[in-house]
Amino acid sequence: MTEKAPDGAYDAWLNAIEDGEGHYLECENDHGWLPPRRVCPVCSSRDLSEKSLPDSGEIASHTTITVPTPQFEDDAPYVTAIADFGPVSVTGLVRGVDPEDVGIGDVVGVEVGERETTGDRAVVLRPR
Amino acid sequence: MSDPRVAGAGVTSFGKHPERTGRDLFAEAGLEALDASGVDPDDVDALYYGNFMGELAEHQGHQGPLMAEAIGLDVPATRLEAACASAGAAIREAVKNLRNGEQDVAVVGGAERMTNIGTAAATDALAIAADDLYEIRAGMTFPGAYALMARSYFEQYGGEHEDLAHIAVKNHEHALVNEHAQIRKEITVEEAVDAPTIASPLGLYDSCPITDGAAAAVLTTAEYAEEHGLDAPVAVTGTGQGGDNLALQDRPHLAQTPAADKAADEAYADAGVGPDDVDFAEVHDCFTIAEVLAIESLGLYDRGEGIHAATNGETDRHGELPVNLSGGLKAKGHPVGATGVAQLATIAWVLDGSHPRADAVPDGTVGVAHNAGGTVASTTVHVLEVRE
Repeated sequence: MTEKAPDGAYDAWLNAIEDGEGHYLECENDHGWLPPRRVCPVCSSRDLSEKSLPDSGEIASHTTITVPTPQFEDDAPYVTAIADFGPVSVTGLVRGVDPEDVGIGDVVGVEVGERETTGDRAVVLRPR
Repeated sequence: MSDPRVAGAGVTSFGKHPERTGRDLFAEAGLEALDASGVDPDDVDALYYGNFMGELAEHQGHQGPLMAEAIGLDVPATRLEAACASAGAAIREAVKNLRNGEQDVAVVGGAERMTNIGTAAATDALAIAADDLYEIRAGMTFPGAYALMARSYFEQYGGEHEDLAHIAVKNHEHALVNEHAQIRKEITVEEAVDAPTIASPLGLYDSCPITDGAAAAVLTTAEYAEEHGLDAPVAVTGTGQGGDNLALQDRPHLAQTPAADKAADEAYADAGVGPDDVDFAEVHDCFTIAEVLAIESLGLYDRGEGIHAATNGETDRHGELPVNLSGGLKAKGHPVGATGVAQLATIAWVLDGSHPRADAVPDGTVGVAHNAGGTVASTTVHVLEVRE
């Protein structure tokens, strides 16, 4: 079977998180984005530099998904959330907390986990 | 050049037709539109066709020429893809080319075959309108994405699931007499609130169904309509389109849809009307919260006020501003690539009095169609007005 090719800067970003070196890209006008980016969509600046991702962020919104795509069939029900890390927001699976107890404003950190269904890597948000 | 006219429209029954090919669905709608228009098919200059998941559902790309062939046209045919706003983008393309004099007659339409692949695969196919790297791989589904928006809306502006239930109840009631609608069944607020959860806080009745279907319309220049004695009193007087970051995580607000704000502003300015002139609207209620976001972006309600519109009865067929007289995507169904043109057909039929819910706005002269793609990263808005 052919091995899946890596997705460039995205997989490098996951590797960096696994190494405890999570980062984001920031333009000269302080707009933050996750890689891959070559230009800031807000101000069109091409001057992007790598910054350290803040250690923790706050959940901005969350949902418990009970009807998943086939790639998450064995994971359901699971919580997906968007967490605000200041310069950037990150979408991930919330783990380490009962779904009923997840709330807006909860403090989380980013790590890399695996989907139960496929074993593929996935961004995980875990309470700090 | 004056505004293009809707010379005729055709819509298939929306629902489960797993055994029918996309080309067969579109042929039915397209031929109905051509027959209704009174236009000689030899006069058609182009086809603009919306479709989203043809490669996944039917292993069929390059659907433009296929669909032209299906309705007996030998014309340049282009498929436009903007997720669920694909047909809205098709309308916009036709309107621009009719206005600039390049064409006299265009067929716009769209089709989607979805139920043949089952719920799980359709959920997967719909999900690819989101950001693959940062959303789909984090388990995002489309109900999940709108659930994030709904929860954020409640947090920011208030409102509760029961308000969303009133939207579902309204749209189900509107669809009862719509022979094209997928779901013609009345529901109660209690049933909607108590329905199984799909992605909290959204439940089964907050979500549109998975649908097969097609829609088409024949648009002509006003001059062509007059020259050929067509009965085409409804004009597309305004067109607008807006965009936004694809991923929700990259947007400053989860409870607003600026792409729709931009599309509405552009369409209103183009038509020379404002929200106060609108008599009724067909909006993209793929999920109940989407109707709230839509009517706020269209300027029909202030931010934070749209959530109460259905609860207060203001947007039902007896209200001041009926929304989704067709039943909306919620009850009429949502064959993704066809939806924008089905909205246009509904508005044209309400304005010319031939729609079964036309009595809701007997003196209506201005209708607005809002067609959103993805989590509203693409939106088209069209203003239709009676010109005669």
